[in-house]
Amino acid sequence: MGSGIEDKIIKQISLFAENKPGRLANVANKLKSAGINIRAFTIAESGDFGIIRMVVDKSDYAHKVLHDAGFTVSETSVLGIEMEDVPGSMSRIAEVFGKAKINLDYAYAFVTRDQKALLIVRVNEIEKAVKTLEEDNIKLIGMKELEKI
Amino acid sequence: MSGPLFTECSEQCGIHIWADKFLVEILDPETGEPVPDGESGELVITTLTKEALPLIRYRVRDLTRKLSEPCRCGRTHPRITRISGRSDDMIIVRGINVFPGQIESVLMKIPEVGNHFMIIVDRIGPLDSIKVQIEMHESAFSDKMSDMMALKKKISGALKSVLSLAVEVELVEHGSLPRSEGKSKKVIDNRKI
Repeated sequence: MGSGIEDKIIKQISLFAENKPGRLANVANKLKSAGINIRAFTIAESGDFGIIRMVVDKSDYAHKVLHDAGFTVSETSVLGIEMEDVPGSMSRIAEVFGKAKINLDYAYAFVTRDQKALLIVRVNEIEKAVKTLEEDNIKLIGMKELEKI
Repeated sequence: MSGPLFTECSEQCGIHIWADKFLVEILDPETGEPVPDGESGELVITTLTKEALPLIRYRVRDLTRKLSEPCRCGRTHPRITRISGRSDDMIIVRGINVFPGQIESVLMKIPEVGNHFMIIVDRIGPLDSIKVQIEMHESAFSDKMSDMMALKKKISGALKSVLSLAVEVELVEHGSLPRSEGKSKKVIDNRKI
């Protein structure tokens, strides 16, 4: 990766979880006792198991805590795209991806305290996506900024 | 009984039986009839020269195959292959014989999964169903659902080609299946007959 790209990438915590009562409570308890704050959270489910995806304030630490506790966990590079919380923001970003022929694996979004929206996306060609978005003056949030949100 | 009964040679392709001292038969566990050379069956041993404590058609209940062609090392004594399981482990699902050892050897060839698994047999309506719960290695975990579904498909395809039976695959968290010393219980049979 080129210099500086790390500031434009968010490390998402991805977790394998069996679809059973109490599994989420186990994960949440670990994060609670480690003092880790969750910024964004989603579960993708497929019958017998789910994949928990979340953005937290201290991702490396969260990864270590969960791994040491025996969870099947990984860190994934995703993009955090800042949007104005107004109609049309998503459309603008989706168009940029469409024109550049960048495929999204998955996406989820949340609204921040300062009236912005943050779209989390995983793409196959992350470097190309960063370059394309910057050319269109779309702001990407890195880990340092995420800690302050 | 290794040593006096059989020994591996430098070629390491099966274990030589000293056929002048021991008669080895490989029998179908259900019918008791000999199976053709090279096919899996139950190991049955008769000692030919022991006088004080002879064994006559002793059923070991280990499953193996007999190879009668001469070995690359030059010996003409027949060989048996690695023990693939126990005949008393066998489960019958929809009329097909399934040995936990077969499932284990399929899983051992798939690097994404560990060798911890559990077979669950059930009867849903009139049909038997077989499910294999498998612990996944952390390195094989992907945050993309499509990758995880592809892994499940790869495992069920490999199992089907060996067992000739559709097997439901369930990926479970590392460390979630029961551990036990020695020969662990690999089968849960929920069928009520």
